[in-house]
Amino acid sequence: MTRYIIRRLLQGIPLVFIISILLFIMMQNMGDPLATMGGRSLTRKEDRERLARQLGLDKPILVQYVFWLVGNDWTKVDMDGDGIAETPGTRKGALRGDFGYSLVTRQPAMQMILSRLPNTLLLMLVSELVVIIGALVLGVYSALRQYSLLDNLVTTFSFIGYSMPIFFLALAAMYIFAVNFKRWGLPYLPTVGMFDPQVGETPGQLLVHMILPIAVISVNSFSAYSRYIRSTMLEAMNQDYIRTARAKGLPRREIVFIHALKNASLPIVTVVGLDLPFLLGGALVTERIFAWPGMGRLFLDHVSRGDTPVVMGIMMLIAIAVVIFQIITDIVYAWLDPRIRYE
Amino acid sequence: MTAPSASANMRLTKLPALDVLETPPLPLSKMAWLKFQRHKMALVGVGILVLLILYCTLGAFVFSEKYANYNDTSIAMQPPSLAHPFGTDVIGRDILARTIYGGQISLLIGLVAVMLETSMGILIGAISGYFGGLVDSLLMRFTEAILIIPQIFLLLVMAKFFAGDIPDISILGREFSGSVIVIIVIIGLTSWPYLARIVRAEFLSLKESEFVLAARATGTSTFEIIFRHILPNSIAPIVVSATLGVANAITLEAYISFLGLGVRPPTATWGNMLEGAYNYIENAYWLWLFPGMLILLIVLSINFVGDGLRDALDPRSRAV
Repeated sequence: MTRYIIRRLLQGIPLVFIISILLFIMMQNMGDPLATMGGRSLTRKEDRERLARQLGLDKPILVQYVFWLVGNDWTKVDMDGDGIAETPGTRKGALRGDFGYSLVTRQPAMQMILSRLPNTLLLMLVSELVVIIGALVLGVYSALRQYSLLDNLVTTFSFIGYSMPIFFLALAAMYIFAVNFKRWGLPYLPTVGMFDPQVGETPGQLLVHMILPIAVISVNSFSAYSRYIRSTMLEAMNQDYIRTARAKGLPRREIVFIHALKNASLPIVTVVGLDLPFLLGGALVTERIFAWPGMGRLFLDHVSRGDTPVVMGIMMLIAIAVVIFQIITDIVYAWLDPRIRYE
Repeated sequence: MTAPSASANMRLTKLPALDVLETPPLPLSKMAWLKFQRHKMALVGVGILVLLILYCTLGAFVFSEKYANYNDTSIAMQPPSLAHPFGTDVIGRDILARTIYGGQISLLIGLVAVMLETSMGILIGAISGYFGGLVDSLLMRFTEAILIIPQIFLLLVMAKFFAGDIPDISILGREFSGSVIVIIVIIGLTSWPYLARIVRAEFLSLKESEFVLAARATGTSTFEIIFRHILPNSIAPIVVSATLGVANAITLEAYISFLGLGVRPPTATWGNMLEGAYNYIENAYWLWLFPGMLILLIVLSINFVGDGLRDALDPRSRAV
């Protein structure tokens, strides 16, 4: 098992490298970060040259990548523009956890990302929890009462929910629960941000602000999960061991929850495990519409300004998380199902 | 083929009741059609899809494209009325006319992006599965690398990357924003990995079968073995995946356009009509309702059709 984990990790490392190179090359044409550095006025030509030199943006792309990856504190950089490199570099490089400074805010990129991470995780983990519990309840129910009224309803609605683009759902939810509820004089839900600035940062405010974004994210991913659980549960209920359990007179509750659900949940573990790292990125569109200050919005704001360090940091964080979660999922799967052996 | 299903075939195709063993097996297309017809929601999906295509094509005879792009700020943000059944947008363009032309572009993007996606997926999956070895592991590592980054992130980065000054193009006397091409290319370039994996798996199992061995023994060229012998046998999952891919491509276009990095005006798509609509959520529902509904309808109908095709083409359920 240890050898398997080590081998998987060794396979994952080149993957992350390929991604970082591909992304870094694409980042070079992402707009002009220097254009906005002059504040309201246009950046002057001599300032542009100086800034590009000091930020290392005038170097060939390969050199820029090396500096990004391993840092430049082992060499000297030219700060004053006389063509002689004299100042020792200060960057430590991504391999040592330094993703550089944001070109827009001049703060460490990693610090900016990590300050947004809890907001995104709060939103995404709660909705993932809602989705898993909801999908388990409805999926198991639909499987046990196949072709019943509720089963048909769940199937139909999950099909619609699955096909519904998330922005349309979000706009419709905002229109009904915020705009029209307000118009009708009902208690309405807030649609922007995490807190109402007039009330302050109270847990109650947070809760109220979370309702709409979580509902929107949940409806969208709920559909895929419940369909999946329904089909694995249906498959499990048709197995021989269920018939045996029934034949020996076990109570139905025990058959469903201990015999069938336990076996049916194996594939679900895989799906959840592979989905979890993608929660890191947050729901770009949902965060944008509801002005939720998470990582998705950070990405959107900085991708349009060509802020390589921040965007690279977010993408690398997700990539590493995906690789690690793939390995964890495989291990958990083998642990849950003793028939699976990795050698 | 087992006896009961063969007799079922006979019943449905109204063949004279001969010996069961002499019944010729139905060709895949015919059997798929018979099974597809039984999938009610798939038929509804086909119906909606045909209506939507008629809406986008016939509507072009009612409104000219010039009218769809004509803006009159004095009638901006008007609610639906007789003159403008879907209302007008922020700079006073008729939304009904724009949904017609936007639908054409959305459909075009969906179809062409899927063609690109499918050809890349087939090519890479086939090479990987058929040749195996070093080529396989290199191509599969590359595939995994693309799968690791969430597609929407990759699309946004690529949209920025290719968004330089691409001139407008004119095809058949119509002007298109160059960004249409960009969107098609990037959706195609980021969507193929799933299909490549499916094709690879099919090739891995089929290349060991007897008919491939026979083809090889008679000196058939590798090219012909791949494209004339193996590929037609793995067409079912490709067709399903391509169908669902159209819905996916249309949704992705809408996402990128919604986030402001997609197709640029004046060329309309259902996605970019929604851009900025949430700023007017309080007082102009018609800005997002109509294009949003159309996206939902087309994605839903394509998904129904894809689901029906999946059931119809599944070789494990031979029973009609």
